[in-house]
Amino acid sequence: MKLLLKGGRVVDPAASRDGEMDVLIEDGVVARVGRQIPVDGAEVFEVRRGWIVAPGLIDIHVHLREPGQEHKETIATGTAAAVAGGFTAVACMPNTDPVNDHPGVTELILRKARDAGLARVYPIGAVSLGSRGEQLAELGEQKAAGCVAFSDDGRPVATALLMRRALEYAGMLGVPVIDHCEDPSLKGDGVAHEGLRAALLGLRGIPGVAESVMVERDIALAELTGAPVHVAHMSARQSIRAVRDGKLRDVRVTCEVAPHHFTLTDETLEHPTPYDTNAKMNPPLRDGADRDAMLDGLADGTVDVIATDHAPHHADEKLVEFDRAPFGIVGLETAVPLVFDRLVHTGRITIGRMIELLSTNAARIIGVPGGSLAEGSPADVTILAPDHETTVRAANLRSRSKNTPFDGWTLRGAAAATIVGGRIVYEHPALIKERQQR
Amino acid sequence: MSDVAVATAAGRLRSRHLLGIAQLDAGEIQLVLDTAEAMKEVGTRPIKKVPALRGRTVVNLFFEPSTRTRTSFEIAEKRLSADTLSIAVASSSVTKGETLLDTVRNLEAMAPDLIVMRHASAGAPHLLARLCRSAIVNAGDGMHEHPTQALLDAFTIREHKQRIAGLKVAIIGDLLHSRVLRSNVLLLNRMGAEVWGCGPATLLPVDVARFGVHATTSIDEAVADADVVMMLRIQHERMHGHFIPSTREYFNLFGLTPARLRRAKPDVIIMHPGPMNRGVEIDSAVADGPYSVILEQVANGVAVRMAVLYLLAGQEAEADR
Repeated sequence: MKLLLKGGRVVDPAASRDGEMDVLIEDGVVARVGRQIPVDGAEVFEVRRGWIVAPGLIDIHVHLREPGQEHKETIATGTAAAVAGGFTAVACMPNTDPVNDHPGVTELILRKARDAGLARVYPIGAVSLGSRGEQLAELGEQKAAGCVAFSDDGRPVATALLMRRALEYAGMLGVPVIDHCEDPSLKGDGVAHEGLRAALLGLRGIPGVAESVMVERDIALAELTGAPVHVAHMSARQSIRAVRDGKLRDVRVTCEVAPHHFTLTDETLEHPTPYDTNAKMNPPLRDGADRDAMLDGLADGTVDVIATDHAPHHADEKLVEFDRAPFGIVGLETAVPLVFDRLVHTGRITIGRMIELLSTNAARIIGVPGGSLAEGSPADVTILAPDHETTVRAANLRSRSKNTPFDGWTLRGAAAATIVGGRIVYEHPALIKERQQR
Repeated sequence: MSDVAVATAAGRLRSRHLLGIAQLDAGEIQLVLDTAEAMKEVGTRPIKKVPALRGRTVVNLFFEPSTRTRTSFEIAEKRLSADTLSIAVASSSVTKGETLLDTVRNLEAMAPDLIVMRHASAGAPHLLARLCRSAIVNAGDGMHEHPTQALLDAFTIREHKQRIAGLKVAIIGDLLHSRVLRSNVLLLNRMGAEVWGCGPATLLPVDVARFGVHATTSIDEAVADADVVMMLRIQHERMHGHFIPSTREYFNLFGLTPARLRRAKPDVIIMHPGPMNRGVEIDSAVADGPYSVILEQVANGVAVRMAVLYLLAGQEAEADR
């Protein structure tokens, strides 16, 4: 079975390619990339002029909620949302019920993902049993079962000693530890960024340093152990500064930023809807200076990855008092439009940098195939329509949950098609028509 | 009720809810205070009742314990002839798993006109105002606002000083956790007062200066030449969050004593929204002394709440008749 992606601009930083080229896919792998590849019996996918052919996008921070919280999301609905958002692979956090601290859970996730047959799913195992921070989970067994990283996400790795041992042990296995950096005592029972906005609204604050003190701790421990640490969902300007300094000292530290943290600020707590629980996430939306620090970090290379922290919650769970609502928003289907609209079209980053942030670096950090369209790579491809305008409609999201603060936003840039293992698993309904009418 | 109607015929509130002082402009604040003067007169009559809210149903929905505010609203409602009902939810429905929205929608099925609510979560009345039919009066939401308290404080200040603009008002105590502070700062700034905020550094909100408050940790500086000193309650539990070492030390550093009060203007008034902790934030000699207007505040609370209820529901009631 052959599929020829004809036309369009191939952008593949890993292979140092950027130009008008065709991509020939054979038996699920990239067979050839070059100009004017002859059709030779292949099925042809006409890529429109101006569209981008990129290595499949990878989101290394999602919550698929299965097993245990299927009313929020399942592996089937979550991967449907992923491919609709242009992601060919996702790495799912272990804070399911039960927590993924055992190969049995990893195997269940992988089987459900195979059954769904959409995006690839890479499980992330818990660092500690039950993510309780008391005893290391069987990281070796979990790696053998298919885990690509370890994290107690939702909580920080509780103590400096546990983090040290986790880094040493996971480092031995060649697997990164991903930390949700937050000092629990500084966070307290906070629900919003500690700043003027929360103070005026009477919401208990979480200061930016609640995050950065633990980023500093983790960088020191990565330096001590020589093992790689990846900082999840950075939100505070102090954290960006800490990672930048760590990288200058050649510490093995990488980090990610979520689209809502480079787009929104704590103004969203009040406008357009006061106390909107879709403006409640952890880490919280911070102030303008923090948001600008995220933009700078994305542009200057401090930030390695854009990851969504896709956190589905049922509408009933969010339709409550602000301080009782769960933290988190869905993000898989709005990430690409936000990256184009806020970063690429504003001139902050190039398309090449966008692909590094969403694919190349993501694959490298969690050590999975993909992130490149070099010949012989898995044929995971995302076709992007940089100028297609979409209006986000929460009700139309493929995710089982609709908790987004971007409902009604019109954004320029979209995923046109998603190809996993040489199979077209998603085509944008509006763009497919355009393509056929040619 | 025609006497009151005449007094207020000139004005209306723009919103059908009272969620906070943030929504009121200076003219609306003036209107509430002027209306409250007429209402206060009702309280001096032998028969303390007018028919303004006859046939209207008001539900007092209190998710947090309250004696003063709930009683004050109940008396105000009865003096306006409303049918009233007070529910202390004390999280009974919540523990059964019912959401706030469901609790209120169930009450709404019985068609009340106004819901007066107090809730421990900031923004709870805003959620209901957005999703329910009834008019909502905020009787305190978490650490956010307590608008009728600020209005009754302003009314009391105006009675004594005949103005608000230009006065130095010092608010002293746990500013961080106080909804009374937030509502008072908004109101006093809007009416042109000079607002000072004082408390230990641990109990000052972030960016308090950007609230429109002269912030200080020196009670002497706050009290100096003050026209009004408003004391806020220190909850005993505050030791647990490492906010203060002890109530004893708090009193030594921040308690309002007769000696400290001598720095204030000679005609200073002392206010407290209650409940008061004698010997923690205020010396009994000050609380019960000649400058104290604390019990007047309580009395004025009824008149101000009558004014608010009347402006939100009574004018329509008169139009219907």
